Amino acid sequence: MSHVWRPLFVALALVAGILIFRAFYVPKEFGIGEAGYMYGWHNPNNEQYWKDIKVKFQGSAYCKDCHSKNFTYIRNTPHAIIPCEDCHGPGMDHPGKIAKLPIDINRLLCLRCHAILKYPNSDRGKIRGINPATHQDPNVECVTCHDPHNPNLGALKKSGQRFPTYKLEAGAPEGKSAGGAKK
Amino acid sequence: MERRDFLKQTITIIAGAAIPASALEFINPKSLFAANGGNTRWVFLADTQKCVGCGFCVKACKLENEVPYDADITRTWVERYVICKDGKMRVEGNMSNPGFGINADSPKGGRDGFTTAKIEVGADKHVEIKDEDISKAFFVPKLCNQCDNPPCVQVCPVGATYKTGDGVVLVDRSWCIGCGYCVMGCPYGVRFFHPVYKVAEKCNFCYHRISKGMKTACVQSCPFGARQIGNLKDPNDPVTKVIMTGRVGVLKSEYGTKPQVYYLALDREVR
Repeated sequence: MSHVWRPLFVALALVAGILIFRAFYVPKEFGIGEAGYMYGWHNPNNEQYWKDIKVKFQGSAYCKDCHSKNFTYIRNTPHAIIPCEDCHGPGMDHPGKIAKLPIDINRLLCLRCHAILKYPNSDRGKIRGINPATHQDPNVECVTCHDPHNPNLGALKKSGQRFPTYKLEAGAPEGKSAGGAKK
Repeated sequence: MERRDFLKQTITIIAGAAIPASALEFINPKSLFAANGGNTRWVFLADTQKCVGCGFCVKACKLENEVPYDADITRTWVERYVICKDGKMRVEGNMSNPGFGINADSPKGGRDGFTTAKIEVGADKHVEIKDEDISKAFFVPKLCNQCDNPPCVQVCPVGATYKTGDGVVLVDRSWCIGCGYCVMGCPYGVRFFHPVYKVAEKCNFCYHRISKGMKTACVQSCPFGARQIGNLKDPNDPVTKVIMTGRVGVLKSEYGTKPQVYYLALDREVR
């Protein structure tokens, strides 16, 4: 056999080796799937991996039964559109592993919508806003004066009352002792 | 007719006929609606008028999908566009808008909302635009377009990323080799590397939620209804109705990717 042919055999052996490795290594489930060869070549078992990811945000309806008082209290206010978990955090493992959800009472949370931005092509321009630098004491949390579950400015001004009563109710499910809202 | 003219005209006609009609269609949700196979095609509808830039969607997405919270990566983000009356850019050297007169930013992907009129133009560099100078200003939510012709899937050399039967593009974490072709191939820049799994990562419409009949985390957390998800194959779906009968736009339709995130009140400045 001429030495000229040797590289060809080396190449053929390489190709054969790779094909054998591939046959063992690639799972049998690999296929073209519903989306066709160009876009669907995959291992269909992987779809289950993504379906099995744990759900963290439960939705406001999840809160309804235990916290019915706050759930209904907020319904007739402009803040009714805000899902509970936006401020209270994901309801996963609560109650149960996490007895009390941490409530975000940081000023920055309110400023997400209420820092004034007069943008003409966004509904942001229609939201009542404040200038965070000049509105009251920038070091004081908004919830010191404003009730996040009932942001009724008229009532706030009329009563002049600080530390609104909602704080006594916050956090605890009905029928249980009311705990402090902070931290 | 001369032989030369005959040949010329023949060539013209053949060349013209060779272009499929579909190549000239930039948006055609109807074809997807009528397409065979399956009874689900997930699509998204974002309203740039309703979006106020609160960023609750980005926060919820990061928590729901276990994307490291403080890393500068995110599956979805919110962009702010501010266009001045004089058409001039107040921002110099911003990569995302080289000289089009658009001031745009997305600090931390909008995770903490937009709490100041100052526009971020770099690390700790800001520029402020006066209210009276603004001609147009709005927010645009961005996420994976779950393209019907996903270029990220086409370029994957190992079949680690794929389109499911219901139209969502997923990544097989056990199979991705981290070559980054898909990160480069996506015209919308939605892909990145997950620092924990060390593989390509992307928005998948919260596949674990939509397959259980829930809404995506971003849709659920949006107080304003600026984000909606729907099934394009369901004629009674409110999202389908808007897409079929409303004035919707998509991003970068000229790439032929057939993106399935539809926008209401989309502006030509948005890319």
